Amino acid sequence: MALHRIGRSTILLPGRPRIAAGAAIAGKKEGEGPLRSDFDAIIEDDLFGEESWEKAESRFQYAAADACLKKAGLTPEQIDAALGGDLLNQIMAASMAVRELHIPFLGLYGACSTMAESLCIAAMLVDGGYLRHALCTASSHFCSAERQYRFPLEYGCQRPPTAQWTVTGAGASLVTGDDRLPALCRCTHVTIGRIVDMAVKDANNMGAAMAPAAADTLMRHMADTGRTAADYDLIISGDLGRVGHDVLLALMQERGQPLDPARYTDCGLEIFTPAQDVHCGGSGCGCSAVVFNGHILRRFREGSLRRVLFMATGALLSPTTSQQGESIPGIAHAIALEADT
Amino acid sequence: MFDKNARPSPRRQAQLDRYSRLVDRLSPKSPMAQGLLRAFWVGGAICALGQCFIEAGLHWLDMTPASASTFASVMIVLLTALLTGVGVFDRIGQYAGAGAFVPISGFANAMVSPAMEFTREGLVLGLGAKLFTIAGPVLVWGTSASVIVGILYAIFRW
Repeated sequence: MALHRIGRSTILLPGRPRIAAGAAIAGKKEGEGPLRSDFDAIIEDDLFGEESWEKAESRFQYAAADACLKKAGLTPEQIDAALGGDLLNQIMAASMAVRELHIPFLGLYGACSTMAESLCIAAMLVDGGYLRHALCTASSHFCSAERQYRFPLEYGCQRPPTAQWTVTGAGASLVTGDDRLPALCRCTHVTIGRIVDMAVKDANNMGAAMAPAAADTLMRHMADTGRTAADYDLIISGDLGRVGHDVLLALMQERGQPLDPARYTDCGLEIFTPAQDVHCGGSGCGCSAVVFNGHILRRFREGSLRRVLFMATGALLSPTTSQQGESIPGIAHAIALEADT
Repeated sequence: MFDKNARPSPRRQAQLDRYSRLVDRLSPKSPMAQGLLRAFWVGGAICALGQCFIEAGLHWLDMTPASASTFASVMIVLLTALLTGVGVFDRIGQYAGAGAFVPISGFANAMVSPAMEFTREGLVLGLGAKLFTIAGPVLVWGTSASVIVGILYAIFRW
């Protein structure tokens, strides 16, 4: 069988599957940030009319999937598979959201890298001819994440300055091989992340835990494709936040593939302003999901981006292993996207 | 990782140390002076308020010194519970850190916040099981420490 691989670990997508639509549903605080005009809807009610944070998060994901399908002009019956995940135990937000849609479902867990992970897998499945239309989703919710990973919401502990703020929101993208649908952009390469662990144990400094994984994926992507940072209009990481962003710049400088700070950014820095008291920026699956589906796809549609490397990062920790003293395994999945020529 | 005797090679250890220094250099530090100042004035204000309750109990409510100080504790707990319930206390905690915690207010917040959070999982397995998730360790080790000190006191009577 033909192996669509270039270099050691990057997958080439010769059919260049297209992203035909994307939708981003964001929470209130995200809607007060600089990207407010990029979101399809801003939900002022943290509970989204539901009775628990978990159901609220699930409804965010459902709303994003529904909006994405409507934008693509497709019905759930036409979708061959949904690929999604979130941060909750047993990825319940994704399962409960897809329960309403009756689409064959692959649940994914990549912590905050889930949006890129789902896009990578969907793009490969579509390119291989196994699926025609694939729906990728990811979500996070500040309140459900706080109670699972940290403390009850109203507990008044102080957040350290390296902490990040879990984004409330969900994103959905439609990846398709159907050339009758419009292409906001096309998927050209996939570099699957390796777990890199540099012995960071501080769950309040996840940017530092994930940055080495991001550097590893970037270096492998560049070596495999022969590209440099200058070949991309934008390289955007998922939720490294201020610390991880700066660490990644330092690591890439050290490894001789410096990133241009004007053309490298992080979703966690884009979504909030420092005035919103989020310390090092946004985090969570929803962070890269809403920035990608709202902001990046909008810029592709407008033509202000031609080639982008979207690399969502994940800190694969659990509260249990953290308490047991384990360090945080980091991961970063990258997908290269190009405007339709 | 799965070999219990394995240590990182010297080269790997040097790499980890270098990375840890890089992270330290690039991570923002807690502003110490500001934190101390805020903890001091908020903690002091809570204690001053407690003193007001004691004085009020002694002068206007005809209390004994012992019941006046109990009255002050009860009032601080009540106020903290109310502020937690309306979603204000977590902001005071974020601002003042230990200043908001060290008085009995921290204990009240540690009880009320899980009570609010976990009722959705039911009164038994939610509220009942999780009520002491934050305050529990304080009770366990606080009580244990006082028992040990009590025994030492009984033996030595210094």
